[in-house]
Amino acid sequence: MNKYLISGNSVIAEAAIRAGCQCYFGYPITPQNELTEYMALHLSRKEGCTFIQAESEISAINMVYGASIAGARAMTSSSSPGISLKQEGISYLAACELPAVIVNMMRGGPGLGSISASQSDYFQATRGGGHGDYRTIVLSPASGQELADLTQRAFDLADNYRTPVIILGDGMLGQMMEPVEFHKEAPENLSTKSWALKGAKDRPSKIIKTFTSNPNELEEINWRLFRKYRLIEREEVDYETYMVEDAELIVIAYGIAARIAKGAIKKARAHNLKVGMLRPITLWPFPFKKIQEISKRVQYFFVFEMNMGQMIEDVQLALEGNGEISFYGRPGGVIPTPSEVFRILSRQYYQKGLNR
Amino acid sequence: MLIKTIFSGFGGQGVLSMGYNLSRAGMLEGKMTTYLPSYGAEVRGGTANCTVAISDEEIASPVASSPEFIIVMNQPSFIRFQNLLQSGGVFLVNSSLVNIETTRGDIEVVEVPATQLAEELGNTKVANMVMLGAFVKKSNLISIKTLIEGIKETLGKTKPALVDINKKALNTGYNLF
Repeated sequence: MNKYLISGNSVIAEAAIRAGCQCYFGYPITPQNELTEYMALHLSRKEGCTFIQAESEISAINMVYGASIAGARAMTSSSSPGISLKQEGISYLAACELPAVIVNMMRGGPGLGSISASQSDYFQATRGGGHGDYRTIVLSPASGQELADLTQRAFDLADNYRTPVIILGDGMLGQMMEPVEFHKEAPENLSTKSWALKGAKDRPSKIIKTFTSNPNELEEINWRLFRKYRLIEREEVDYETYMVEDAELIVIAYGIAARIAKGAIKKARAHNLKVGMLRPITLWPFPFKKIQEISKRVQYFFVFEMNMGQMIEDVQLALEGNGEISFYGRPGGVIPTPSEVFRILSRQYYQKGLNR
Repeated sequence: MLIKTIFSGFGGQGVLSMGYNLSRAGMLEGKMTTYLPSYGAEVRGGTANCTVAISDEEIASPVASSPEFIIVMNQPSFIRFQNLLQSGGVFLVNSSLVNIETTRGDIEVVEVPATQLAEELGNTKVANMVMLGAFVKKSNLISIKTLIEGIKETLGKTKPALVDINKKALNTGYNLF
């Protein structure tokens, strides 16, 4: 068993290389620079692979666009302000049905914000982000090991569904080190992509484009995307439950906030408060059904995010008015502690009379 | 068992290296561990700190609300962190560079003249390892043997010449008590 103690950013880079990532394009921004640095050191030395530090985030995402059209496993990474710049490219990738992996190690916003960890890009990531009627698969890791496993999954999902996949981490996951095992070695041969454009010698020409002046044709493209999104919603929902069996109060949190909440729940359990947690691993597709199922037994929900309340809207949609939701959030890159969340949790618990 | 420790000091004192090596030794002993470096717009000579958690079971949060141990390598860190330590916690102080006393009566203060001892060993840069050795003795979290083996692995590849002085420094701190 080979375990490594390395930063979350480096974990993503190593896992991407092992997943057969052939092209990485990036532009520096804190707190995800170790990812670009790792790629510069390791991917650039691999035969047949390309590392480019682009002149801007916009160039980087468009390089991904080009590499993906040619059939390569391609990725880029950035942090919140940089991800905003990439949105046009992501919209084009979605329209052309091209696979790509985009990593967002979120920092405090809006604007240039701060370099500290935050979760303020939930809306942007789960609602498409750019213009047009599209969605991206959004994966939310909460540990070093999950960064490795979900990076691998991101590349597979992107290829299987021909769609951009967002890995939505945060500055703290990126900087933190935990022991990580890498399960998979880089595949020898990735399956060939028959749709890729690699030169039209001996075959009729193919076109991959986003523009059509015929609204009916565009409607058909949108229908095709919609059918694909429906399939993803049915097949790819993932979540973790923690001590929900006897819980009277369910915390819903994702990513690093879920880690902090877990610490708070352990404290709550030590005080005999029946608190559990649902942690969405896929933020889109969101585990609506699982929340509905839990709400048949549990009345009280507590949403905890490192923003002013974004995922809470999906929880509201899931509950359809059944169940009562309270919220606690810290915006701007402030990292709450488990004790702080426990304090709020236990107050809620007693106020609602759940101890009786 | 879940023990959280904060290491703090000037940037350049090897504060992050102490935390990294402790965390890695924990991993080598099959324990769960997290290592969280502070990440601000830091400058050389500014303050640096990191948090290490070591546990038998899955670690929920890598953040320390009230750590069991705090190591301060300089005076600004002493002032910043003394009130964070939990009641009954252990406060390891680099007494070569700190000349104030704590106002708290509910904590154990351990004074380690780390910088001075490192100077006597011939290299002030290993003050962090002297302190880490003292911490390992006081905390009994991991064995000093694992720590030394781990440092041989991490340093051995890039700076093999420094293994010996680091080992000496660790043992010096470890044998203080």
